[in-house]
Amino acid sequence: MFGWFRRDKRRPDLEGDIVPLTSLRPGQRGLIVDVKGGRRLGERLAALGVRPGKKVTKVSSMLLGGPVTVEVDRAQVAIGHHMAARIFVDVSIK
Amino acid sequence: MRVLLMGNPNVGKSVVFSRLTGVHVMSSNYPGTTVGYTEGQMKVGTETAEVIDVPGTYTLDPTCEAEEVALHMLELGDVVVNVADATNLERNLYLTLQLLEREIPVVVALNLWDDTHHRGIHVDLDRMREELGVPVIPTVAVSGEGIKELVEAIPEAVAGKHPARSRDERWAAVGRILESAQVVGHRHHTFLERLGDATVQPLPGALFAIGILAGSFALIRLVGESLISYVMDPLYNALWMPLVEAVSGALGGQGVLHALLIGRVAGGVIDPVESFGLLSSGVYVPLAMVLPYIVGFYLVLGLLEDVGYLPRLAVLLDSAMHRIGLHGYAIIPTLLGLGCNVPAVLATRILESRRERFIAATLVVVAVPCAALQAVIVGLVGDFGFKYVLMVYGTLVLVWLILGSILNRLMKGFSPELLIEIPRYRWPILTPVLTKLWARVLGFLREALPIFFAAILAINLMYLGGIFDALARFTAPVVTRLLGLPADSVVALAVGFLRKDVAMGLLAPLAMTAEQYVIAGVVLAMFFPCVATFAVLVRELGAKDTARASLVMLVSALSVGGILNAIL
Repeated sequence: MFGWFRRDKRRPDLEGDIVPLTSLRPGQRGLIVDVKGGRRLGERLAALGVRPGKKVTKVSSMLLGGPVTVEVDRAQVAIGHHMAARIFVDVSIK
Repeated sequence: MRVLLMGNPNVGKSVVFSRLTGVHVMSSNYPGTTVGYTEGQMKVGTETAEVIDVPGTYTLDPTCEAEEVALHMLELGDVVVNVADATNLERNLYLTLQLLEREIPVVVALNLWDDTHHRGIHVDLDRMREELGVPVIPTVAVSGEGIKELVEAIPEAVAGKHPARSRDERWAAVGRILESAQVVGHRHHTFLERLGDATVQPLPGALFAIGILAGSFALIRLVGESLISYVMDPLYNALWMPLVEAVSGALGGQGVLHALLIGRVAGGVIDPVESFGLLSSGVYVPLAMVLPYIVGFYLVLGLLEDVGYLPRLAVLLDSAMHRIGLHGYAIIPTLLGLGCNVPAVLATRILESRRERFIAATLVVVAVPCAALQAVIVGLVGDFGFKYVLMVYGTLVLVWLILGSILNRLMKGFSPELLIEIPRYRWPILTPVLTKLWARVLGFLREALPIFFAAILAINLMYLGGIFDALARFTAPVVTRLLGLPADSVVALAVGFLRKDVAMGLLAPLAMTAEQYVIAGVVLAMFFPCVATFAVLVRELGAKDTARASLVMLVSALSVGGILNAIL
């Protein structure tokens, strides 16, 4: 019931259901809407299938700022924590 | 004609290459197995064509050295066989389209075709051919299915005649093609997939990793020790030993030739380790002492590689490895180094930056002992108790961690983050696992044995010539005062440059204390790498960085040796 409230408290700069990949729960799905942080990073991620318009499912994230593993197009990709923090997903999709 | 095999990492290019050429190349279930390129030959019609196995690349806009190699190779080829993972065309077709925008003729092989059936993926091949405009052949390289058709299609390869596209246009085109040519059905997760997901979760993953590590060590020891006590030792004692004794008798038990072939005889016994003759230790140490552990190590490594576990280990260790200036994937060269440092230094090419490659390569040559050296260390130090073996390994792990964090602090720049594909687990198939093991064991025999014999010969000649006495006198202050080792052991340290296992073996007759063996083992492991490793180091890092790495080696080996001497 206070879900929206808490989310807004924590990430006041984000609108509604758009969150960085790092804050997804394992098993949660999201639609990639934006990759911030330069063209080169965007290209490296895109080469592995991680790019805006793709649906991803988070598989896991390691403790202590470890990599985030996501599934995209039936393949899994492990993404360093800081990179993952720059990938924004819309979690309101069905 | 020159045929290039190109495709994303870990789609089975090397297996296709082996099928086409009959030349065995290393293949594993992780991206980046092939970092250099391999050439072979095949028949296309009546013509003999040259085939090149190009390192995997996701895009023709290179992001690491292996991909630069791939791009460079493209200019040298006449035909490209684009090997694609049929179960992940969304990503694989991007490179395909990039290739089709070029002038070069292309054939597409949809590999792992059998997997599409169990994964509920249906690909309309005719539609695909129409969209791409080039031959498209389904293949299952591990079983050989479709390879004949692939070979027949090579002469029919045509340039794609696709328009040059921007990145976004290309992705849109991939989407459009797949919309019409692929249907993906729903399907339940398999056991392997669930296991795959569990092993990248923090807690289950860590427990699994500890289990895998413990299991690996147990299996290596089991294979190594069983081979030694049930195969090699009985063979040596029953068949070879009588021959050595006969030769010794025929030579009258003394003389120069006896010293070279049989070595030192203590109390009427020709000790297979300590005598140090060409026929005695020269045969026993490499074949009966080292080889069994090489077999054990490469069997376990091969299984882990083919199952696809290593990238998951990389994910698990990533945060820890960042503290030493590397990301998790550097664990792959490190593990390879436990077999042999030469392929380990080569494998640092999978790392993106020069800084990372320097740190990873230096750490491998300083703190990662190869299987041959480990076998002799365990053989000699283990006699005093397992505690001492642990001391050697514990020290080296500490050195790896401390030296890594020092290098990370001293060197300019920062290390990039991990970004890797995690392959699906696959059940290992017996034949490829054994073929790979055989290739590696053969590689060890071919490359190590000649140097091994030469080293023993040179040592004996130098002994006879009194050169070592002079060397021992000259370096005695450092070796005896700083390291607390007998002056004679300097010979071993010098020989370490040729082969470390021989060097460690040289220490056997010196009757040192357990602590001295620990110090000697650690210093030998950290000191100059063997000549083969040194050669690849120069090639991979260049002369200047090799000199820097050598300085690091020298300083750290002497200081760690000195510290051990002070505290033990």
